[in-house]
Amino acid sequence: MSAATPAPADGTFCFTPENEGTARAIIAKYPPRRQASAVLPLLDLAQRQNGGWLSQAALDYVAQYLQMPPIRVYEVATFYTMFNLKPVGRHHIQVCTNLPCWLRGSDAIVAACRKHLGIGPGETTADGAFTVSEVECAGACVNAPMVQIGDDYYEDLTADSMGSILETLKAGGTPKPGSQSGRHSCEPAGGVTSLTSTPAVQRFLEKKAEGNR
Amino acid sequence: MPKLTIDGREVEVAAGLTVLQACESIGIEIPRFCYHERLSIAGNCRMCLVTMAGSPKPVASCAMPAADNMVIQTNTPEVHKMRRSVMEFLLINHPLDCPICDQGGECDLQDQAMAYGFDRGRFIENKRAVKDKYLGPLIKTIMTRCIHCTRCIRFATEIAGVPELGATGRGEGTEIGTYIEKALTSELSGNLIDVCPVGALTSKPYAFCARPWELRKTETIDVMDAVGSNIRVDARGNEVLRVLPRLHEEINEEWISDKTRFACDGLRRQRLDQPYIRVDGKLKPATWPEALSAVASRLKGVPGARIGAIAGDLADCESMLLVKDLMTRLGSPNLDCRQDGAALPAEPRAAYLFNTTIAGIETADACLLIGTNPRIEAPLINARMRKRFRNGEFAVGLIGQAAELTYPFEHLGEDPRLIEEVASGRHPFAATLKAAQRPMLVLGMAALARADGSAILDAARRIAETTGMIRPGDGWNGFNVLHTAAARTGGLDLGFVPGEGGLDTAGMLAAAEAGALDVVYLLGADELDTSRLKRAFVIYQGHHGDAGAHAADVILPGAAYTEKDATYVNTEGRVQQAQLACHPPGEARADWKIVRVLADKLGHPLGLDTLADVRARLAAANPLFASLDCIEPAAWASFGTAGGIDAAPFGAAVENFYLTNPICRASVTMAECVDVLGDRQGRKTGTHG
Repeated sequence: MSAATPAPADGTFCFTPENEGTARAIIAKYPPRRQASAVLPLLDLAQRQNGGWLSQAALDYVAQYLQMPPIRVYEVATFYTMFNLKPVGRHHIQVCTNLPCWLRGSDAIVAACRKHLGIGPGETTADGAFTVSEVECAGACVNAPMVQIGDDYYEDLTADSMGSILETLKAGGTPKPGSQSGRHSCEPAGGVTSLTSTPAVQRFLEKKAEGNR
Repeated sequence: MPKLTIDGREVEVAAGLTVLQACESIGIEIPRFCYHERLSIAGNCRMCLVTMAGSPKPVASCAMPAADNMVIQTNTPEVHKMRRSVMEFLLINHPLDCPICDQGGECDLQDQAMAYGFDRGRFIENKRAVKDKYLGPLIKTIMTRCIHCTRCIRFATEIAGVPELGATGRGEGTEIGTYIEKALTSELSGNLIDVCPVGALTSKPYAFCARPWELRKTETIDVMDAVGSNIRVDARGNEVLRVLPRLHEEINEEWISDKTRFACDGLRRQRLDQPYIRVDGKLKPATWPEALSAVASRLKGVPGARIGAIAGDLADCESMLLVKDLMTRLGSPNLDCRQDGAALPAEPRAAYLFNTTIAGIETADACLLIGTNPRIEAPLINARMRKRFRNGEFAVGLIGQAAELTYPFEHLGEDPRLIEEVASGRHPFAATLKAAQRPMLVLGMAALARADGSAILDAARRIAETTGMIRPGDGWNGFNVLHTAAARTGGLDLGFVPGEGGLDTAGMLAAAEAGALDVVYLLGADELDTSRLKRAFVIYQGHHGDAGAHAADVILPGAAYTEKDATYVNTEGRVQQAQLACHPPGEARADWKIVRVLADKLGHPLGLDTLADVRARLAAANPLFASLDCIEPAAWASFGTAGGIDAAPFGAAVENFYLTNPICRASVTMAECVDVLGDRQGRKTGTHG
């Protein structure tokens, strides 16, 4: 693989030494000569290094790195919407607008973005700090509506809580990820309704311990 | 051997066949779009659905291996309904613009919609539209028509070996293309037009030219290279509009090269449609009697030794035979069909044939390429090599210029003396060849058309003999010469080489320059240095106003390969006949007739008045010509002359893939290819950076 690493030049892309090590570790997971299997993790690695998006140079670099025809990498990169083929802001806000989130008020979340950032889906703020995108289901319907910012999910949103998240980000802070309604993970919103008593196994063990005493 | 029941009939098929192939074997037609016999199975169009007992869902027959005790139904109301529904889905985004589509009349989608479709669609929303892609000067795209069968992607990746096409995006946003706009860099790209089942990929030069039912179809053979691809020439009136491949499993399968397919517009340009005579340094139009008289009066009294004849790369066997007969009667031993000076003997036959045969490549397991780039010299032979490579365990070595061949090879080096190393067994690749069950070597024209060509031929013969390539016992001959000229094998078969004391091409050019040769007869010979013929009286017989015609003193207008019934022998030694698809333009005539009339005029009648007479004379001259389209294994004998091999590296046998003969040099399409793609040796032409 070492022979496949070209010298970096202007307008090109090249893994940092640290990412180079990560890339090798990823490729090592696959059988010899099956290095093309590593295309997804390597594209992800490249996207993270490249400020959240994959440039043409990055795509070609990954293709060369894995000794794949470039078109095979283009096919993968264009298939997955998680790969951004255009530059995105530092904070990439992906608003789910699929049916469950929409029924739970995703329109208000999009409106909140517009109000606080002045941009709609598909746009980037002039300072390059924020990009808002509409995405398909992110698999957190039970906590709808939700957005993904960077690698974190923000769930159970309202226009207000979305607003405060955006303001915190603007101020340079880090909002707390997860449910914004105060519930733990995806437990019922009104409090736990089942499995409230002590589990039988635990009761048995406790009883046994008492008997031994 | 799985035994299954199809539509109530019990069938036993070979193991490994699919249900679709099993159905075909008993004559049941299964509609399909994505499935293609020569490509990998995709199974994405769903048109071939059939029902299988025990399966809750219909199965895609193209991807389902035939197995014991299967019960398949292909002709039930349920299957018909499924086909109608699949068709309706396929047509949802199809523009239905058949009246303005070039595929109309020969479109799989159109035909199958007629046979299996529903007579109306229920889709009332907007259809999607896709931006057209640029794939180079040969392929026109109308991507909205695409049904995403991915045949083109699989063809480019698997057969052509240029993985440049892909499907980008997903779902409704899926598009077929190169992603980064570029012309396809394959010399087989025209076949994408044939594999495309709809009108998404069509021929750019042929766009809006004709409808298939207007065309007169002639089954003939190709002369653009020495492969002898089987083609169908489609003409309207007296104009060849397009060339399509014809199935021949042992030669071109169902593919042809881009030059074969797209050079046909060269048949309409730069044509010699009447005789010319040079008067005061300028070529003036003349009549046939004037031209023939001019030749006769010039030849009067010239001794045979001061006359020479050179046959070009597109010459047919009939005219070469007649020219040879005429020269014999004129007393001239100066004959040559090797205008590039290749050191090939006319005897034994095994010395100049592709003995392994093209289909035989598939059974070889090691190959040494010497001074050849089969990808541009014979793209279809290269495609066979790639096919062999894809079956695995194929060691290829190359001595000569390294090139991108679409399969991996070991580059032994550029030094021609390496051949001697391999011949003597000192080079490690000799061991590879010896270890192979069926080793072969391919000797290119770049290795033979040089001063030490005969020594190289000798060394190659010794490689063949010492590494077990010559095994007449089990029918294996691994010694191959790859010709670039369609006329060459036929010329050598006819002995169109210098007679006793005669001059070869180089000798004739030198003699003409020195004034020792008075008359030179060029039978379509254009690829030589005509400036050296200035002192001689040049008779040019041919069909295009190319180099030879410019140097001529008398031009006798002949017929191109689509305009005559003519015999050619391909590089394997396979005798094939081209058929007349349309008539020669203007005053031009079939070549053998011109020579016959000229012989009469010169007072040496050949006694051959009909084509049948000429063909009988051909068979008499060499019995091989009596049997068409078969391979006669050539007996092995010693050839080549021992000598030192020069260290100078090989040049290229084909300088520019798109410009090898007068027809493609006259073709606008080929010129566009050169503009966009360079010469297919990785170089662009000088004027295009």
